Amino acid sequence: MAHSHANQHEHHEKSDGHAQAGHGHHGHHGFAHPSPIWQLLAVFFALLALTVLTVYQSTLDLGNMEIWASLTIATIKAALVILFFMHMIHDKPFNIIMFLGTLVFVALFLGFTLMDAHNYKDLIEPGSITPK
Amino acid sequence: MSATELDATHNHSHGHDDHGHDHDHPAWLAHHFDDAEQQFDSGKLGIWLFLITEVLFFSGMFCAYAMYRSLHPEIWTFSSQFLNETLGAINTGVLLFSSLTMAWAVRCAMLGQNRGVVACTGMTIACAAIFLGVKAVEYSHKIDLGLLPAGFYVPQVAHPEHHEGLSKWLIYFMVVPGLFLVVLTAWYGQAVATANSVQKQIAGPLSVSALCFFLGVGLGLYLESGEAAEHGDKAHVAASDSHEETHASDNHSEADHAKDGEHAKDETHAATDGAVSTETASADGHAEASHSADNEIISPDVNKPNAAGLFFSIYYCMTGVHAIHILAGIGVLTWVLVKAAKGQFHSEYFGPVDYVGLYWHLVDFIWIYLFPLLYLIT
Amino acid sequence: MSAVVTPGSVQTAEHSQSHRPDPNYLTHTKGFLSWALTLDHKRIGLMYLVGILTSFLLGGILALLLRAELFFPGEQMFSNDGYNQLFTLHGAVMVFLFIIPSVPAALGNFLVPVMLGAKDVAFPRLNLSSFYLWLAGTAFFLVALFSTGLDTGWTFYTPYSTLTQGPVVAATMGVFILGFSSIFTGLNFIVTINTMRPPGMTWFRMPLFLWATYSTSIIQVLATPVLGITVLLLAAERVLKIGIFDPAYNGDPVAFQHFFWFYSHPAVYIMILPAMGIISELMSVHSHKAIFGYRMIAFSSVAIALFGFLVWGHHMFTSGMAEVTTIIFSALTFTVSIPSAIKVFNWLFTMYQGTVSLVTPMCYALAFLFLFTIGGLTGLFLGSLSTDRHLHDTYFVVAHFHYVMMGGTLIAFLGGLFHWWPKMIGKMYNELGGQISALVVFIGFNLTFLPQFVMGSRGMPRRYAQYDKEFEFLHQMSTVGAFVLGMGLFIAAGVLLSSLFRGRKAPANPWGGDTLEWHCESPPPFYNFLRPPVVKDPYDYSRLVYDNRVGGYVERPEDRASGSHK
Repeated sequence: MAHSHANQHEHHEKSDGHAQAGHGHHGHHGFAHPSPIWQLLAVFFALLALTVLTVYQSTLDLGNMEIWASLTIATIKAALVILFFMHMIHDKPFNIIMFLGTLVFVALFLGFTLMDAHNYKDLIEPGSITPK
Repeated sequence: MSATELDATHNHSHGHDDHGHDHDHPAWLAHHFDDAEQQFDSGKLGIWLFLITEVLFFSGMFCAYAMYRSLHPEIWTFSSQFLNETLGAINTGVLLFSSLTMAWAVRCAMLGQNRGVVACTGMTIACAAIFLGVKAVEYSHKIDLGLLPAGFYVPQVAHPEHHEGLSKWLIYFMVVPGLFLVVLTAWYGQAVATANSVQKQIAGPLSVSALCFFLGVGLGLYLESGEAAEHGDKAHVAASDSHEETHASDNHSEADHAKDGEHAKDETHAATDGAVSTETASADGHAEASHSADNEIISPDVNKPNAAGLFFSIYYCMTGVHAIHILAGIGVLTWVLVKAAKGQFHSEYFGPVDYVGLYWHLVDFIWIYLFPLLYLIT
Repeated sequence: MSAVVTPGSVQTAEHSQSHRPDPNYLTHTKGFLSWALTLDHKRIGLMYLVGILTSFLLGGILALLLRAELFFPGEQMFSNDGYNQLFTLHGAVMVFLFIIPSVPAALGNFLVPVMLGAKDVAFPRLNLSSFYLWLAGTAFFLVALFSTGLDTGWTFYTPYSTLTQGPVVAATMGVFILGFSSIFTGLNFIVTINTMRPPGMTWFRMPLFLWATYSTSIIQVLATPVLGITVLLLAAERVLKIGIFDPAYNGDPVAFQHFFWFYSHPAVYIMILPAMGIISELMSVHSHKAIFGYRMIAFSSVAIALFGFLVWGHHMFTSGMAEVTTIIFSALTFTVSIPSAIKVFNWLFTMYQGTVSLVTPMCYALAFLFLFTIGGLTGLFLGSLSTDRHLHDTYFVVAHFHYVMMGGTLIAFLGGLFHWWPKMIGKMYNELGGQISALVVFIGFNLTFLPQFVMGSRGMPRRYAQYDKEFEFLHQMSTVGAFVLGMGLFIAAGVLLSSLFRGRKAPANPWGGDTLEWHCESPPPFYNFLRPPVVKDPYDYSRLVYDNRVGGYVERPEDRASGSHK
């Protein structure tokens, strides 16, 4: 183990392909991936634009599609945050699979519960209790 | 087996060591990890797992939201008029900006630019404070109006009284941040006096952030007052419209009331189809003008604890738990700020910034969904 | 002390021991703080062990009180309300304080890094926090339960739990804190197993106990947060009157059950999966034969973890769910029984043509096979809609889950405890005493719970303090069985405790296992391994042979001479 650590000290001096504007001399270690500034700004402005879009979309009258339109735009924004700000685009596949898998479980939970609630809602009698 | 025999002899030489520390492990590398990359990868996996638990934690509330909205869409349509879209949009913009500064902080940490980390983390905390300031205004305004969880909900009237001065709840919310502001500014002053650079780097951004809470409050008050006037006007106009209707029908007979009542019900059903805009929603519920012209209860069908109250229960749960996460986020961001002020990050050790960054982006991620779901319902 | 011993080196070791004893993890630092603030996963595991066994004792006493009350049909020592509080306490203590942490926290914490040849878990401070969270949750919980008397049942169903006067908020906050303890433990294990495996240990060379732990951890991480939000919403319902489970406010009490069981069904897999992992180890080692169908067992562990999330509705068949929902959940419930059955067959085939040594751990493992199979099979009756309509909320359900949770998890836990006790404590226990404990526990357990299947199918409802005369004989059998079971457990406790004082020193490898924990001393040094050992097949016993001088297993001399080493 002493071996591999000594190697790391050597790597410290090398700058690899991840050299960024004006800071290449820092010698980025293999596992650091600093995001380029232009990328961060581009994502931020895209997110702002999408926010404006979603506010505008809410003023339109889309009927039943309303909620799906909002959720779609929200999901695009979320994807931008996850891929770039959380740098999932550079991350190990395992972490990505794990996170997306989680959303499957959330969908499962919501799906079954919603389906059930909708199926028995006709059986519900309106209550006669007056809440205080 | 010779390896284990070697262990036996090494055993004696390391016997005196307190924690079997290899002398080639720098302070920032934990003794049970072999190298920096293993430590970073472990931490990354760990924080992603924690984020997964957070997603599932919020999913319970999203499930409740989805269930009740789909079963009672008219409640949602009615209640959304009480949420200020502008404030929600501002908060969204503020959080998005804080995500930007956080991602930038991670970049700085990877490049070993500790001052950059201090600056960016400081800005992130400041944004969080603005967010909370705006939230405080929103909450205090709603509490004053009686827009509370189901058990405490007060049916809304068309012309809520405008009291002078600040809401007392807003004052309560401002006490703790006020204390922080005072203490942090004093600390900063002391840091300047003693020329303690590290302390200055910590206290400075934090005092600015505390100030930003009040900036948020101010922003919220300015925008909320504009919106309230607008809302009041709308309701007033609608009320007078419906009054004209009742006057036009020439008598206050029960038949007329029944007709108006039916009319209201029809409109509410139309609202259920989700094809109605906000203006119609606030206009149609005023048919049952059995109260005085000044302060009638609007949309009585939906405007009660077991209807609109349900919406606000979910609203407070979701935004409340989210706000608690923002508070916790401020805590861990401060921890990162302190470490950066002490210059601890470099290209092989930037984990804490990265992990806190991921947490913070998750907080933003949740808000990206909360905003349209709560504020942008038509 | 290495596993390779020649007469010469034995002398050297003893000589050095009298001058400077090798520090093992129990002795290398002393004092209360060195334990209270320890980051050593082995010490944390031991502290958990003491904690959960104490909780088990408490839960067990409550069980005996319940069974004593039920000896006669009428009211004996407890009023109906008192009885309700008793079974609430019994269930909550057993589920949240004992069984969910038991294998992962007490045994897993100790074994996972050692089996990986690592020095510690990935996040040692988080590990210690998990322990303190467990302690805090326990304290919270016990104070709540012993104060004004909670009587909602451990399931906290609405609307009763939102309306009753009892300390529901305090109890649910205790559960919330305990949930975090569980989440952090699971998180720690996933990261440790993912990133800290030694060179050569690919996924399919891991001991099956680690596969089981990994699968359990997945469930802990995914399901427990939903319990967290559920109890938080329940508390908010009581304090802030949010009304989402209250029909008066257009809320839905059945929604609570959906939220609750989305966690609590996967929770039972948190309970059983690590136990199955233990059984895989025990079966293989004590049959001195490689585990049959390694990959199938590994895959079925993950399958159970994932399928377990699809079936929660089977706890709610009679609660008012829509018919189509009940049909879907029933069908899915049958699928989840398949991976468990695969495992049982694999264990049986492991024993076949192996050299089975009937030592105490193996006795418990055999008991597990029998009891878990019964428990699993009776689950099928509950999974099918038409029979469940009659069996729901009867003693049949009680017997079913005791067979799987107690006959399954507890028995496997005891087997694991006896199996790894020499490693953890460094002492051998009285073998005959251990075998007797296994026999008494087995007999007592069946005597307690078999009659309950019968009563349940004849209509005896659960959670009833008084009952019709027709059930009296079965109840009395069950009560006698419960006391026999208690006696067996005390014998087991006695055997283990007396080994602390009178047991002979344990060799590194008393059973002949080949996983990495048997390649360090008993007890291990505080750093486990100085260098991660080279890993080969964990179930290849051909390299090991019993050495009388050591009283344990060592590598074959030929292998030693040829220079091949682990």
